[in-house]
This record gives sequence, C-alpha cells and structure tokens, in this order.
Amino acid sequence: MADIGGAQETGKKGGKKRRARRGVVRVDMTPMVDLMCLLITFFMLTTAFSKPKIMEIVLPEKIKKDKEKEEAPKIAKSRTLNIILGPENKVLWYTGAVDDPKNPPPLQVTDFSPTGIRALLLERNRALFRKIEQFNNDIISGKIKMPLDSIEPAISRLKKEDDTGPIVLIKAYKSSNYGNFVDILDEMSIVGIARYAIVDISWIEEQMVEKTLGISSTGSTP
Amino acid sequence: MPKIKLPTKQPFIDMTPMVDLFSILLIFFLLTGTFRAQEPAPVDTPFSISEKPTPDFNNMTIVFSSDNRVFFNVDNGSDTLLKYRPKILECVGERFNIQFTPEELRKFEKYNTSIGVPIEKMKEFLNAEDPSVREALQTGIPYDSLNNQLEVWVLCTRQINPAVVASLKGDANTEFPTVRRILDILQDKNVNRFNLVTSLRAVKVEDTEN
Repeated sequence: MADIGGAQETGKKGGKKRRARRGVVRVDMTPMVDLMCLLITFFMLTTAFSKPKIMEIVLPEKIKKDKEKEEAPKIAKSRTLNIILGPENKVLWYTGAVDDPKNPPPLQVTDFSPTGIRALLLERNRALFRKIEQFNNDIISGKIKMPLDSIEPAISRLKKEDDTGPIVLIKAYKSSNYGNFVDILDEMSIVGIARYAIVDISWIEEQMVEKTLGISSTGSTP
Repeated sequence: MPKIKLPTKQPFIDMTPMVDLFSILLIFFLLTGTFRAQEPAPVDTPFSISEKPTPDFNNMTIVFSSDNRVFFNVDNGSDTLLKYRPKILECVGERFNIQFTPEELRKFEKYNTSIGVPIEKMKEFLNAEDPSVREALQTGIPYDSLNNQLEVWVLCTRQINPAVVASLKGDANTEFPTVRRILDILQDKNVNRFNLVTSLRAVKVEDTEN
C-alpha cells in the first residue's frame, strides 16, 4: 500500500547505512477514495434536499347543529360556479343552483388540462387575474415599491375588493380522489379566484353526475 | 533484434486530490441535506404551485396513505426541550385508561416517524424489538365514529401545545370520502386552518389574450 518513492535500490546490499533514507512516503489513497464514494452515495440517497411544500387552506367554520339555527351565508346565484370533482380525473361544472330537482341544469364535463377547467376559470375571473398580474408586474418592474412582506396582504386586498369574479363551490363526488381535490385548490390559486368554498355534495348533484357520466347509481333506483 | 524494454514499475497515480474533492463533497452534502424520515406507508403527495416550506415546529401531521390508513405525527423540529411527544401519549393513554411506563414514554419520544398504531396495541408496539413486528402493528389509527382515536390524538396535541397547526399529508390516490372524514374530525375540534403538504410543480399560466 504505502511505499517509499525515490529510494531506488543501489545494489549495496548489506552495506552499512550511513544516513537514513530520505524518501517521500507515498500512501495509496485509492481505498480512501472508494470509501468516500460510498459515503457520498449513501448520504445523497438518504437525505432530502428540498423540504416539502405546503398549501394553506382555511375552511369555513362548521355550523353546529346544536347551536341556534344559523343560516348558511347566502350567495348570488348568477356568480356561482359549481365544480364537481368526478371519477377518473374528470371535472364537472354548472352555473347557478339547482332550482328544480326534476329538471336540473346540464353538467359540463371537462378535465384538469390547461385548456379544461383552468381556461374556464380564467375566462370568468379575467378582470381580477389581470389586476393581480398587473400588480405583480408593477412590483417586478419597480413601479410600485413596497416591502416584501406586504405584497401578499396587498394581493389579498385586491381579491377582497373584487366583485366580478365567480364564487366557486367545490364539491366532490364520492369516487374522486385527494389528488383531484388538491389540483382544484391549486387551480384556484393559479387563477387567483377570490372566493371559493368546499361544500358537501347534495344527492341531486350526485344523481346529476351519475346521469351525465352514465354511472349506475349504487343507491336505490327511484 | 533488440527488445524494447518496458519499464517494470507501474505508474502511480496520486489519489490525494481526489480524496480532497470527495471530502468537500461529503461535507457539502452533510450540511445541506436533512435526513429523510422513513414513512411507515408510501405516500405520493399531490402537486401544487405553492412555494411555502413546511414549518419547522408547532406542527402536527396527519398522514393518510392510499389504502386509507391514517398515521399521526407531532413534529417539533429539533427542539426537544419541551418534550411534547411523551406528554401527548400520556394524555391519549389516560383517555383510554392505559398507563404508560416512563420507559415506554421515552421510547415513544425517540420514535421520530409517524405512528399508525391503535392505542390498545401501543404498548406492544413500543416494546417490540423487531422492526418487522412494529411494521405489522402499523395498521393505522382508527378514525370511524365508533372508535375515533384520531380525534383524541388531535385533542391531546392541541391541549398540550395550543399553537399547533395541522398539516395533511396524503397520497394523491386516496379516495375523497376518507379525506372528508379527516377534515370533519379536525373541524369538529375547531381546526379550520390546514396545511396540505404538496410537492412543487411549476405551472406556466398562458397569456389570456382574447
């Protein structure tokens, strides 16, 4: 492993050593390199470099049944957009509300692609989306100067002031999955929807989904 | 014909700079990386555009996997001075009339990943030496209305550490009713603000010219 370089045999074997050999001690570093390689590989595989990210959601407080009858807040029908998460990554939507259970509004089927639900939301929320984009551009170009930590409150103020965008009610059909749920919340933040809520699906809407997608209802047939 | 004499000594490559390089790399990786905690169940988190990092402390995580098992984890970062974990287990044990010995509490404190063990099996879980036995006991925390242990865990954690924030870390393929059920349990305990743990995905919002 380690050898002494520069000390060539001189052929004077058995001769008396007059002085100590002045060679350089050379240590073979190859095994150490091997070891280092293994350690690096181990640490690269076991460590996580990026921390997982979080998405914050705030759900409205539940209306307690035992408390005095509190009415659910009323919202304008014309601005309401109902989004129902369907099975197999499908998204269904309709506007307004179900007035007549016997004659429900038709459901439109779309998906999570950029031309699907996002295009729809963007179209409805264009005014607010433009405003937020304009604001962001102004910040980047330096037209508006403000400390970093007040940018987010300013955007949420913009959202609060908005009164043209849709009010989105997110409902989930029973065979939708968690990924869809996060996706739709993500779309809300991508498009900058100011008002959205997660609402329980009603049986009428479940039936509408089943009728539209042609799923046989698991419950009793009417 | 005279033969060409090859040098008999083999060339010697000096590996020292390579060792230097590798040590620097090793130190770099050690300092920048954090250990990835082993989850008891594989969880593929969904993607979002959010860039907020997970908080380091005051964090309780509810993990649910695609087979509808629910796990619970209290993460207070490296700050172990406050020793929340044993207190929480004690509190949960009290509710189910189970007394934990100081040694069991200490074991629970050291166990740093999510726990998905019904409280009746907790003693057995903590005293098990074999990791495979422990693995088998991770059947998920019961959260149905008859035996709602998840609720008790949430309640106790909030009692011990009122500043705790709930995080949900779930597999993208979990059925929505499970998620709704977990959200309901948390909302019953007046937890209305959630952090959903997601992976980052860049999204380009295309220009919206008409």
